[in-house]
Amino acid sequence: MTAAARPSVAVWKFASCDGCQLSILDCEEELLQLAGAVRIAHFLEMSRATVKGPYDLSLVEGSITTQDDVERIQQVRRVSHRLITIGACATSGGIQGLRNFALAGEYTSVVYAHPDYIHTLDTSTPISAHVPVDLELYGCPIDRHQLLGVITAILAGRRPRIPGHSVCQECKGRGTVCLLVSRGTPCLGPVTRAGCGALCPAVDRGCFGCFGPTDTANTASLAGQLRRQGMAAVDASHLFRTFNAGAPAFRAESVAQEAPPPAAARGSARAKSAKGDR
Amino acid sequence: MSHGSGAERIISVEGLARVEGEGSLRVEVRDGTVTDVALEIFEPPRYFEALLVGRNFTEAPDITSRICGICPVAYQMSACAAMEDACGVTVDERIGALRRLLYCGEWIQSHALHVYLLHAPDFLGCADAVELAERDRGAVERGLDLKRIGNLVMETVGGRAVHPVNVRVGGFYSAPSPEAIAALAEPLFRARDQALATVEWVAGFDFPDVEADYRFVALREGGRYAIESGRPASSDGLDVSPAGLAELVVEEHVARSTALHARLRGRDPYLTGPLARYALNSATLPPLAAEAAAGAGLGPVCTNPFRSIVVRAVELVFACDEALSLVESYEPPDPPAATVVPRAGTGTGATEAPRGLLFHTYEIDGSGTIRKARIVPPTSQNQLTIEADLRQVAQEALELGDDELQWRCEQAVRNHDPCISCAAHFLDVTVESS
Repeated sequence: MTAAARPSVAVWKFASCDGCQLSILDCEEELLQLAGAVRIAHFLEMSRATVKGPYDLSLVEGSITTQDDVERIQQVRRVSHRLITIGACATSGGIQGLRNFALAGEYTSVVYAHPDYIHTLDTSTPISAHVPVDLELYGCPIDRHQLLGVITAILAGRRPRIPGHSVCQECKGRGTVCLLVSRGTPCLGPVTRAGCGALCPAVDRGCFGCFGPTDTANTASLAGQLRRQGMAAVDASHLFRTFNAGAPAFRAESVAQEAPPPAAARGSARAKSAKGDR
Repeated sequence: MSHGSGAERIISVEGLARVEGEGSLRVEVRDGTVTDVALEIFEPPRYFEALLVGRNFTEAPDITSRICGICPVAYQMSACAAMEDACGVTVDERIGALRRLLYCGEWIQSHALHVYLLHAPDFLGCADAVELAERDRGAVERGLDLKRIGNLVMETVGGRAVHPVNVRVGGFYSAPSPEAIAALAEPLFRARDQALATVEWVAGFDFPDVEADYRFVALREGGRYAIESGRPASSDGLDVSPAGLAELVVEEHVARSTALHARLRGRDPYLTGPLARYALNSATLPPLAAEAAAGAGLGPVCTNPFRSIVVRAVELVFACDEALSLVESYEPPDPPAATVVPRAGTGTGATEAPRGLLFHTYEIDGSGTIRKARIVPPTSQNQLTIEADLRQVAQEALELGDDELQWRCEQAVRNHDPCISCAAHFLDVTVESS
């Protein structure tokens, strides 16, 4: 296929760590094949050659944290036939989204010599808060096999499929004994979207939620269990408040745990209010 | 883009390619003299040092690894070292060896990425590795295989290549089985051969004739090439503890950058990274890497920034060789982590990220809550030196046409494998103080 006939792909970066872009370069065995199947038209981390849009597919990493980026994502959307967000920053605002919970002035305890040199927003928001997104790939970082699967599906004209079930099913699939049940290890597996392959429980560590909430996450039930096991409210709040702190279900639970009702009063009433927050 | 009229000439690159993160460069020339240079960093700050405050000390490795997807292990190791320092804990040799193995994996992955995908295309006149592969597919496949094997080491020890999950303050959540570690030997033998071939390959490139006057800073540790521990030292006689370095480094905030520029109090700018490590530690390289360096024409010190690709390739040989000996002598740490009980205090941890020295300092309270965090990544330490390079390289290449000069300037930046994502993200806070 000639270069012009191949679908063009652009990769864009907003506030992020580069890890999801790196996952593209981590497709070592498939990278040259991929480069043969599509035309990589804009991918600054990889190439100094860029081709003007429009692009058939844009992959967007990172969250929106500046006014410039509010405008830049509009431009990216305009030149993109399809737009897929890759990773926790782009889909939920990322770890830098913790600023969304800060009280006004809380992050201003340390001062720049010249604050007027810097222009940032008080919030870190996902791409979907600004422009329509065709598909969201979860993970901190994304799983590169999932990314390849999605690109392959698009090239073949198939509808890409993203799992909506929990990490628990992946643990069962690989025969990992449940850490939460057998040892009481705090684990977000029951409410976290599958996709990583249940990496943490396999190394004796509870899941810490890299892929964000499942479609039907019952976070209140899990938080109640963790509290009954003796976890402090602040720790429970922090557990939900990391890389996907801005995902609605995790956000609601982390807020609920900041000022939790007495343990005995917890239950279905709070679960409803958390859902109402989405 | 470059343009100019009469005696004035401006080279500017808005979106610098093949670096990690988003930056730009600008060079101004007037009457045959470079009058101004700037490596501009416009990555939005992510306020890590602010968002860490109030979190538990055990969370620092996972949270700070998200500063950089290219060198997450460096962040995890420096964070662990700082917290263990604060709590007065020393880990045993087996945990130290497993950390070093994980870190070797990151060096292999990151150096293979930089040498083959980011840096080599410059020397061969290619826009990227895909174009390079059209001319020399074997070379690019060799680089990708090396990178894959680095990732394999990280996955085996750390559970995942980008943001490993098995690292904790005190050590690891679980020790890999001896079988899993032994299975790394075969790919690492192959990687070592590929690394040797890499040294030969890059040694044959054409290098601009540039010699810079660097002040090098790197970790030094007894008779071995320092990676995950050691004392900061400089080419002009500095020898301090990590905490001592943290006290000496001052940072300044300039308009063109969302990163702070670091320098040593009372001294000129300095350089960290492969050239610095090599200059301060080349005598400790094991025979295979030392012979590869000599074969490539490197003396005990290299001050040509363009030849950093050769030094990086020598470090690839070293990292593969070192990983192999760690694999051969592996004994699972038991328990896999030291118990770390928090106590009120301050701790500093310094380790050698692939692109240079990275140090963290934390103040924690008696319950283990972080009260203060300071993270100084390699690129903010290197930024002033990169600009000095840019000035020198541009001045010595003014006879080139605009396009070629622009490319040469881009190279002057890529020589140091800057990680702009890292540099921007350690920023503290922005405030309108009225």
